[in-house]
Amino acid sequence: MTVLIDNPPPISPPPQQAPRHHYLNSGYSFRSWFLTTDHKRIAILYLLSITFFFSIGGLAATIVRLDLMTPQADLVQTETYNKLFTAHGVIMVFFFLVPSIPSVLGNFLVPLMVGARDLAFPKLNLLSWYIYVLGGLFTLYALLAGGVDTGWTFYAPYSSTYSNTYVMATAIGIFITGFSSILTGLNFIVTIHKMRAPGLTWFRLPLFIWSTYATSLIMVLGTPVLAISLFLVAMERFLGIGIFDPRLGGDPILFQHLFWFYSHPAVYIMILPSMGVVSEIIPCFSRKRPFGYAAIGLSSFGIAVFSFLVWGHHMFVSGQSVYAGLVFSLLSYLVAVPSAIKVFNWTASLHKGSISFETPMLYALGFVGLFTLGGLTGLFVAALAVDVHVHDTYFVVAHFHYIMVGGAVMGYLGGIHFWWSKMTGRLYPEGWARFSAILIFVGFNLTFFPQYILGYLGMPRRYHVYPAEFQVLNVMSSAGASILAVGYFFPFTYLLWSLRFGKIASANPWRAAGLEWQTTSPPPTENFEVTPIVVDEAYDYRRIDGPPADGGAP
Amino acid sequence: MIDDGFRLLPEQASTHAPRVDLLYYFLLGMAAFVTVLVAALIVYFAIKYRSGNVRADRTAVRNNAMVLEIAWTVIPLLISLGIFGWGATLYFTGSRPPAGAMQLRVVAKQWMWKFQHPGGRREINELHVPLGQPIKLTMISQDVIHSLFVPAFRIKQDVLPGSYADCWFEATRTGDFHLFCAEYCGTNHSRMTGRVVVLEPADYQAWLEGGHANEPPAVAGKRLFEELRCATCHSPQIAPVRCPPLQNVYGRDVLLRDDQVVTADENYLRESILRPAAKVVKGYEPLMPSFDGQVDEEQLIQLIAYIKSLATP
Amino acid sequence: MNADVDVKPVPQAPLSLAHQFDDLVQQREADDLGMWLFLCTEIMFFGGLFLAYTIYRSRDEAAFAAASHELDLFWGTVNTAVLLTSSLTIALAHHAAESSRRSQLVALLAATLVLGSVFLGIKGLEYHHKYVHGLMPLLGLPFEWQGPSRGHAELFFDLYFLMTGIHALHMLIGLGILLVLLIQASRGRLLGDFSAPVRVTGLYWHFVDIVWVFLFPLLYLIGAR
Repeated sequence: MTVLIDNPPPISPPPQQAPRHHYLNSGYSFRSWFLTTDHKRIAILYLLSITFFFSIGGLAATIVRLDLMTPQADLVQTETYNKLFTAHGVIMVFFFLVPSIPSVLGNFLVPLMVGARDLAFPKLNLLSWYIYVLGGLFTLYALLAGGVDTGWTFYAPYSSTYSNTYVMATAIGIFITGFSSILTGLNFIVTIHKMRAPGLTWFRLPLFIWSTYATSLIMVLGTPVLAISLFLVAMERFLGIGIFDPRLGGDPILFQHLFWFYSHPAVYIMILPSMGVVSEIIPCFSRKRPFGYAAIGLSSFGIAVFSFLVWGHHMFVSGQSVYAGLVFSLLSYLVAVPSAIKVFNWTASLHKGSISFETPMLYALGFVGLFTLGGLTGLFVAALAVDVHVHDTYFVVAHFHYIMVGGAVMGYLGGIHFWWSKMTGRLYPEGWARFSAILIFVGFNLTFFPQYILGYLGMPRRYHVYPAEFQVLNVMSSAGASILAVGYFFPFTYLLWSLRFGKIASANPWRAAGLEWQTTSPPPTENFEVTPIVVDEAYDYRRIDGPPADGGAP
Repeated sequence: MIDDGFRLLPEQASTHAPRVDLLYYFLLGMAAFVTVLVAALIVYFAIKYRSGNVRADRTAVRNNAMVLEIAWTVIPLLISLGIFGWGATLYFTGSRPPAGAMQLRVVAKQWMWKFQHPGGRREINELHVPLGQPIKLTMISQDVIHSLFVPAFRIKQDVLPGSYADCWFEATRTGDFHLFCAEYCGTNHSRMTGRVVVLEPADYQAWLEGGHANEPPAVAGKRLFEELRCATCHSPQIAPVRCPPLQNVYGRDVLLRDDQVVTADENYLRESILRPAAKVVKGYEPLMPSFDGQVDEEQLIQLIAYIKSLATP
Repeated sequence: MNADVDVKPVPQAPLSLAHQFDDLVQQREADDLGMWLFLCTEIMFFGGLFLAYTIYRSRDEAAFAAASHELDLFWGTVNTAVLLTSSLTIALAHHAAESSRRSQLVALLAATLVLGSVFLGIKGLEYHHKYVHGLMPLLGLPFEWQGPSRGHAELFFDLYFLMTGIHALHMLIGLGILLVLLIQASRGRLLGDFSAPVRVTGLYWHFVDIVWVFLFPLLYLIGAR
């Protein structure tokens, strides 16, 4: 379909049977899937693999939370417990959160949203997936062969000298997977720069593209530093050298600097894409352009740039100088401002809209609330004197889970639901989906809010046994975790169900703006029959819907 | 006090704690306010502008967008800077022990805390301190990174291998308070806990005397100094020709061979015993052998105490 | 809704044009941007090592200088010349590819391969020399250091082997790619519009060369000898 200069774009053809030829039925062989270069198929491959890793990471968390219901070590031995929380962190950070939205939704949508036939480097894209799987297998091997007990942060000298677990194998697994991240980011940056459809200027791009671009910048520049940090730890173990060994004059804090130089920007890799998803969902279900398009888009860049300047806020009590602490604290407050700008713009986007509450919108609004709360607690940990008290306690655990789970995962689920019809050609059951969203929201808060209290009371992280007075809050948290687990189980089930039994979807069931909705659901392999030309501004919902019902000026 | 009761907020048992809590309550209030504000606006807009509601006025009015953007950028920025300033000031005072603080030595190892009082009395996993007296803890680890954390005092400091780290507190309440290791350090990290026992000054004195006599560290250090033959060079007869004299060296500035000037603090003294060639004093050759492997952290503390005691008044 | 404003259908797309691109200019720009971005990641990767080096050197410059004097300045200089020459040959190879001069391309690619291998050979000799003289504190081998600051000197050699080792690994990968290009060039490919792989590999090779240009003074040229 083409977009013409004078006429409004076609909204969508009336519902009909699924299109005869699309990317899912263009080949059923093993080769057609495992040697595909179609970005959409690669996105599905990623979807399956990250769901697999999410389940393993979730299983580890389940056992941890079960054991934490009692102050003693009741369920597993301490060595096992330490390996479980490490596995949870490593898998969730590197094998679920970092790839999730970019590799699934980004891979699927970026070419569609910019009007291209594929990404800039389709074979590199396939290679990215294989690298991800290879890294994942390495890490799985480490877990099954005996596990790692250093925590996902691998602090030296425990990780480099003292731990006798499978540190090297895990470090190598993460190192390999890092390349998947780098190549994906590289692919997105080149695609967004060089392959936009005619007329698609930067300020007409969907906000999801802005945030994907910002995420990709961080992936490309930050991941290599993680690679060298883990590489050095692995080399210390393998070659017996002493880069971080104080007995030789080495400095364990150097490891922390190198590690956090990546791992802080990494948390923005994990949240920026969700913000992009929310920026797509809210306008669609408010039927109006987002308030402050430029502010939301540019704030993604602000976050990406500042994210590289604040790593030392993980190290306020590490022994780094007081002056370093002052600088990092100040910069950390500056990085909070662009996120605040987004929250206010999203809220204002609802004003004078026409709001409906389908599942994607429930996830998006839940995201805004939970991200606000989690982000505000970021101000607590950025305050030097408060952080001295709450560092390495459950307060920090609560803070980052509010952002990672209450934010990133809810954004991911919202995006999956929003674009499910585009990816699969089927509609999920709306009733079950709304119920699950609410269940997840409730379970999440019950799991993690008590942890703020636990943290300020002084319960440290990574504790297998704890003083009895912390038990009540731990039981509350574990109860919430069980609800959360059930909540996650539902989408897994009904989304699978919908592949066979769901209603057939039209090209644009949400009547949404964006080039991806101008092609069939699912799209044909080459995405568009003819390259679209863009003449509208982004999110032109007033034009899609026509004048508002009250007869006011459009 | 350590007890099994459920509580929502930790005890305040140090001079620092109420100040930290004040900032914390401010942050709580602000966070609650903003969260409620955002949530209320979302709920309000969601209901008022729900798609079925035809009575809502949706005529577009967009002339004050820039004002709003600037307002909600600048106001959070100013508030953030204010919070930064408050936290930073508290942090500064929290990191500088007052003069006259009583210095205790701490050695952390997997998985226990060893404390040494100035008079020599030693403890494991328990730390007795007097009320109302600033205490400075000088800490080092024998193996991996640990972190000393006393929630009731609102203090925490990572304890590193290879160099000393300080923190300080002044207890304002008697009783016993949790002491945790707060940096994951291996299998029994969660069992590397103990307690701080705050006593009235008189009771503390009684406790000190009640224990079996321990050598003061400076005395033990002098004995080590002789056993390890340090006096072969560092005796008043041989020094200052062959090696730098140790009288009054602690705390002074030292000129090194490469013309750098360093302060002879505890880290310097420790390094000079373990890696003497790292910082050679100007005018001397790197002749001193290394004692790395011959002395452990506690013995180093004793040697340093002895060297410090060589200050002529 | 007429189709007059469609994008002009692309006339018989050239064979060298990949399906996702609209024209050769777009393809070339994308290829170059992609390689430059990749080189940025390599800068960040090596950057971590250079940071560690800088910090440790600043803590004991004398020890680093003493250790550096154990490295063979002659062979290091030879290697620098070899590598810089190989950058010349690959730049000329790119030019030959773009001008469709097949035999020149093959010869220049082969020359680059040879020079790169010479570099690695000399590096291997240097490593062997260190091993024989007990200056390879890896894998539990003895470290025979007579001077002061033994620990810091050991750190220098740790960094020396890590930094030159990772550099050598990058060279090895480059040689592998060059071998593939050589085989393809000998079959008459990679000429004219198909020369992108040579251009892009050239960028990578130049980068590896530049890393050495930094490594050499930092490792070999500390303090007067």
